[in-house]
Amino acid sequence: MKVALFIPCYVRAVDPDVIEACWKLLRHLGVDVEIPPGQTCCGQPMGNAGYEEDTKALKARFETLFQQYDVIVGPSSSCVAYIREHYGDLFRGRIFEICEYIHDVLKPESLPGRFPHKVSLHNSCHGTRLAALAAPSELNIPYFNKLKDLLGLIDGVEVVEPERRDECCGFGGLFSVEESAVSVKMGTDKVRRHIETGAEYITAADSSCLMHQGGIIAAKKLPIKTIHILKILACGL
Amino acid sequence: MSEPKHAAAAAAYLKDTAKVDWQDETLWLVRGKRDRLSKELPEWEQLREAASQIKLYSNSHLPELLEQFEQKAVANGAIVHWAKDAEEYRQIIGGLLQDHGVRLFVKSKSMLSEECGLVPYLKSLGIDAVETDLGERIIQLMGLKPSHIVLPAVHIKREEVGRLFEREMGTEPGNSDPTYLTHAARRNLREYFLHADAGMTGANFAVASTGEVVVCTNEGNADMGTSLPKLQIAAFGIDKLVPDRESLGVFTRLLARTATGQPVTTYTTHYSAPRPGSEFHIVLVDNGRSRILADREHFRLLNCLRCGGCMNTCPVYRRSGGYSYSYFIPGPVGINLGMTADPKRHQGNLSACSLCHSCNDVCPVKMDLADQIYSWRQHYHASPAKKVLSDGMRAVMGGPGRFHAALAAAPGLVKAMKACGIQWGSGREFPDFAPVKQQKKIDSLDHEQ
Repeated sequence: MKVALFIPCYVRAVDPDVIEACWKLLRHLGVDVEIPPGQTCCGQPMGNAGYEEDTKALKARFETLFQQYDVIVGPSSSCVAYIREHYGDLFRGRIFEICEYIHDVLKPESLPGRFPHKVSLHNSCHGTRLAALAAPSELNIPYFNKLKDLLGLIDGVEVVEPERRDECCGFGGLFSVEESAVSVKMGTDKVRRHIETGAEYITAADSSCLMHQGGIIAAKKLPIKTIHILKILACGL
Repeated sequence: MSEPKHAAAAAAYLKDTAKVDWQDETLWLVRGKRDRLSKELPEWEQLREAASQIKLYSNSHLPELLEQFEQKAVANGAIVHWAKDAEEYRQIIGGLLQDHGVRLFVKSKSMLSEECGLVPYLKSLGIDAVETDLGERIIQLMGLKPSHIVLPAVHIKREEVGRLFEREMGTEPGNSDPTYLTHAARRNLREYFLHADAGMTGANFAVASTGEVVVCTNEGNADMGTSLPKLQIAAFGIDKLVPDRESLGVFTRLLARTATGQPVTTYTTHYSAPRPGSEFHIVLVDNGRSRILADREHFRLLNCLRCGGCMNTCPVYRRSGGYSYSYFIPGPVGINLGMTADPKRHQGNLSACSLCHSCNDVCPVKMDLADQIYSWRQHYHASPAKKVLSDGMRAVMGGPGRFHAALAAAPGLVKAMKACGIQWGSGREFPDFAPVKQQKKIDSLDHEQ
């Protein structure tokens, strides 16, 4: 089985260590993953802004790079959900957010490493409401949280969720630019609720939310840090 | 003509942080009540699915359901009118009131009357239309528009209501106790109820199999307003039709739980026949609804119950207030309905969505509100700046060479921008881009053992 690692553009740009963590985790769990060279962007930022029509070349590039693989995994629920929704049937059933893949398909019973810290789990909108990483708070369905389950495999980590556990942090791609006042207010409120848990870190499966909240933490010099969940999961590798 | 953009109005609104936080908390409380109540029903998600299917059925069988409704209503003794647009709606109601020599007219809450500009029109005819829903009455006395469709005065503080009532109803100076003010409003409204020549309601539902008009309120004001006058009017959109009482039961279980976090509204009144010696007129209004029905991407908007649930959950609405939107219905469904009414005029609202999809999951009739906003954005581009950014990104992402060159330049560029004090919106710094060496490490991973 051929498994490809999809590198979302902004993850390469702002937090490439996440990719290394993906790589290590998948290898550790026995997956012979490949990284197709020449990856750029799936087109989501332009699509969400209203310019999906202009992303045909990006889609074609993505399809050429990935269509030969049986499984594609990527560290971004947002991009994965976008591809599922906007790429027709081509990748249906074979593209996964990486935590989803580890949790649902690989199902490890343990992971090495110790992370003796309190972390506040950021349940991203697209992770929760589009990629089913957790039960959306709006729905009357039994509670589940795949990210929490995975963090439970790491020794020493204490996981909490903020009040309003899956309210949007206000990133939203170009929303953060076009509606910057609302976006910053949403992010400020979100970071405050994470801080109120007493956690040292905000962790999430989406670098985009962390990048936005990190920008607010930096501007206001707030007493909390961000860390991508894969770095915690791969901390013993 | 394009209205002012939501983003600019929201930025101005956000300057008063204390008020913004108060409004956000108030609306979040309602969302919380809705969450608790919805979770008391194990069959909640099946109810939502059933409601969605019934609405899709009703709206795709309108010709027969409307005719059935009319037949039954006429048999019940009602007089049925048809209005193709806002103008006909205004003229029918204005005509009825003039024919009956009405001077004082009481009405309960109706978003359709806002949609069709009824009250100002009646005023031009010399007819005083008094809003009897407390929130609507407050807004009317203040000369404002509703900022929320179910909680029209949710942005008004009780102290402001106290001062308003002091001026309008002679209440004690400085007394803003909610119970005291409510009693004052009740006494004041009672005079209008006693002397009104006609009373009007909208409708939450219209039952095709029985010809009944169903009105849900908490204050009983609709019942008060329709109990005495010799002329009663019920006017509503054709999307309010439901096939029968059995399907009505699905909606009444969802409506109040989603709207205000109550198991059911205090009053759920079924109007069918006129009272002895009086007339009951029903006005069925299209005003663009059949056009929405014909729109492949947006016909699901006709599912809407006007419960306001999407507003209470929307993180953008809660932080930007109803008046930041150019359409009279704000929030997720308002963004969409505004676009069906006049896209050029209301495209400035399309930015007011982070695509968090919470509205989709709250909606009791499962409208795909966020997806529809995505879809409008593909056809209406209100912001030239956004086009520049999108084009820029697309150019950079066109090939790995360009992408990597841009990424190599980014760390230095961002550093320079930060040094100049440029931020990513006020109160948020740009991310630090990873140094090239760190980025390059990814490309060597494949060759590691």
